[in-house]
Amino acid sequence: MRKLALGDEILMQVEKPARYIGNEVNAVMKEKEQVDIRFAMCFPDVYEIGMSHLGIQIIYDMFNQFEDVWCERVYSPWVDLDQIMRRGQIPLFALESQEPVKIFDFLGITIQYEMCYTNILQILDLSQIPLLSKDREWGDPIVIGGGPCSYNPEPICDFFDLFYIGEAETRYRELFDLYKNCRKENDSRKDFLIKASRIPGIYVPSLYEVHYKEDGTIKERVILEDGAPETIVKELVTDISNTYYPEKPLVPFLKVTQDRVVLEIQRGCIRGCRFCQAGQLYRPVRERSLEMLKNCAVAMLKNTGHEEISLSSLSSSDYTWLPELLDFLIEKCGEQKVNISLPSLRIDAFSLDVMNKIQDVKKSSLTFAPEAGSQRLRDVINKGLTKEVILDGARMAFEGGWTRVKLYFMLGLPTETEEDIEGIAALCNQIAAVFYETVPKEKRTGRVQIVASTSFFIPKPFTPFQWASQCTKEEFLHKAYLTRNAISGQLNQKSIKYNWHEADVSVLEGIMARGDRRLNEVIFQAYKKGCLYDAWSEYYKNDVWFDTFSECGIDPAFYFARQRTDDEIFPWDFIDCGVTKSFLLKEWRKAKEGQITSNCKIQCQGCGAARFQTGICMERTAEKK
Amino acid sequence: MKVRVKFSKYGAVRFIGHLDVMRYFQKAIRRAGIDVAYSGGFSPHQIMSFAAPLSVGYTSEGEYFDIEVNNYTGKEDFLRRLQTAMVEGIDVLDVMPLLSGEGNAMASVAAASYLVSFRDESVLPVFWQEELVKFYSQPVISVRKETKKGEREINLKEGIYEMEIRPGIPKKGQEQVPEKEIYLLLNASSGGNIKPSFVVDVFFKTISYELPSFALQVHRLDTMQDMGSKEKRKLVPLIWEK
Repeated sequence: MRKLALGDEILMQVEKPARYIGNEVNAVMKEKEQVDIRFAMCFPDVYEIGMSHLGIQIIYDMFNQFEDVWCERVYSPWVDLDQIMRRGQIPLFALESQEPVKIFDFLGITIQYEMCYTNILQILDLSQIPLLSKDREWGDPIVIGGGPCSYNPEPICDFFDLFYIGEAETRYRELFDLYKNCRKENDSRKDFLIKASRIPGIYVPSLYEVHYKEDGTIKERVILEDGAPETIVKELVTDISNTYYPEKPLVPFLKVTQDRVVLEIQRGCIRGCRFCQAGQLYRPVRERSLEMLKNCAVAMLKNTGHEEISLSSLSSSDYTWLPELLDFLIEKCGEQKVNISLPSLRIDAFSLDVMNKIQDVKKSSLTFAPEAGSQRLRDVINKGLTKEVILDGARMAFEGGWTRVKLYFMLGLPTETEEDIEGIAALCNQIAAVFYETVPKEKRTGRVQIVASTSFFIPKPFTPFQWASQCTKEEFLHKAYLTRNAISGQLNQKSIKYNWHEADVSVLEGIMARGDRRLNEVIFQAYKKGCLYDAWSEYYKNDVWFDTFSECGIDPAFYFARQRTDDEIFPWDFIDCGVTKSFLLKEWRKAKEGQITSNCKIQCQGCGAARFQTGICMERTAEKK
Repeated sequence: MKVRVKFSKYGAVRFIGHLDVMRYFQKAIRRAGIDVAYSGGFSPHQIMSFAAPLSVGYTSEGEYFDIEVNNYTGKEDFLRRLQTAMVEGIDVLDVMPLLSGEGNAMASVAAASYLVSFRDESVLPVFWQEELVKFYSQPVISVRKETKKGEREINLKEGIYEMEIRPGIPKKGQEQVPEKEIYLLLNASSGGNIKPSFVVDVFFKTISYELPSFALQVHRLDTMQDMGSKEKRKLVPLIWEK
């Protein structure tokens, strides 16, 4: 029997002790004497969030297929256990073996959002691993970062020994073999890091130095070690239908956010919305074969016993074999009483028909993401969704019996005016009007419910808006106020509910997203002053963060409020995600003129990702021939 | 057809709460490929009834639930399939088809038996065993108890059917065999459920001893129904020899 790392007296006094005991269905146990590499895979947030992440399930499955590797999991202890562990100096442990992370060979941390940066320090701190890479020794695990935020790793580069840029499926085997070899040859830790930097996709921040101009922007990056590459090209899977996919995903005891089978049908997106980072990072679009998905779905349902399956992708409607896949799933799932959930579907006759088949119309609501209130602004952001399409979709939905509609918008987009904001209210009102036109009085069971939500726009690296300025907190709140006022001035205002996001945390996220190496110190100090779980509004300490900026002599506005010049060197320019900076710049210029760009299926725009020679780029070349 | 399943809970999974154990079994039954019946309607669910919920932290070798199946393939096949879908710490011990008219697991529960031991016996006052015998021999044990309707005076003795000190026995997943443990047979019906920790707390309070926090380890031995008459109780496990 496994011995738990925490005693009963601790587990009995913390909230949800099941977060810390492991032993879930499909958890992998190995004999530690029979593996060469022990890998602790961490999602730096609470268990229920981390366990819902597909990427870790893929990596966990892949690593544990390697006979010489045992991959285990680590999540952020919740604030109650955090305090107990600090007081008792209890080292953070991995869930499977319950052994301290500090004895592992690797600690891999997936970095999914900027607001988890202090949680990364918590993980290191509780693990009793030195927070700074430069202070670590061979006895400490190699701390490796990955995930979307590693495309601008600079604000947190001091805390990591290396970053893996891109999709994990391709280069880990090479890295593990190198590690084993370096251990055998008695190389130093530094030797290992230098050698690792020659593996494609691996970035070792300590091998570079950044020099700044007087105005604070970057002057140059200097390579400190011969042979370290100038640019790091992202890694990606070229044959997406013949690769690792977890047929036996972990099934947690606790009810987690994603309590279902997740079937990733494709990677990447053809759309090119100009605010969207994922749409650029994961290019080109690669679709998994229908056959692979059918097999995975059947196996995963059988091995987990889940009651629900969800399709995952950035834009599921664009998947070529969606009708065939859904027919298959509807039949399979009907037999087994499994629910199908379909996020990110475009609302049209096809999707309404499918949703009609698979879910209770009365309970579900429909979601549109126009992102902006006017056609002009939707053209600026290249969101190829017109008012006609939205109203048409709404009309069909109302005819089909739906009465609830959710709408997502962003405030603070580049070039936004008050008219665009009023457009949000007008659009909501028109949708409500469509309901009253379409559904005759005697058939109405009540009022139509329209829920409009706005988030605040945050410019992200590797998007055409990486040059744009971001609003201040006051500007954001003023925009939310205008939206609210505009909505309450509408004829159908009683049918419209309006929610908005918090503004201060959006500013911090914006600073981190486009930050540089000088932010390491701020994050370090903010953590020392107690910042933790910043993604959780009840724990977010805005004052502490902004006090820390001034104590560190850093002006936050430099990072978020400033519009960049076309030729500025960005902290993340040394990473090559496939899409070229010149393409993004062209898109930025077109955006300011309100010109749209068509999607990859209609016409290749020459973004640069075709050099990976896979996915939609190859289909396009095939067509040309 | 309805079947009743008996299972145990020990080791790390004792920290899994009651609702999560229910969800765990719903998924396990699907993994096991058991032909289970679903309710009708738009969100079909398995027709399942659990007997007395077990507190987080307790271990047990006498947990039960009922489940409706379309097709019962026999005891051996059912046990084998379901056991294959288990994690370490939960074992399927027995299964029995129910006849129509035999009440569901939840409604049937009348009593439960427990073994209570101490994480650290050395901290206990020396005369605790003698005192416990004295405590239980009182004809009336009057205590104030929190109920849904507020605090009220009850006679605890009525809910304690048996209480004695026994030499410790080894249990799955327990590291050390305790020297002594308290055996308790308690009312576990929906109207009069008594928690074993409550009884032990009351006892130590009467001898003016403050138990340290988290001092107790509680193990449920079995959950029982009453097959006797109004005058005389006859407690029988929820799976019984027919």
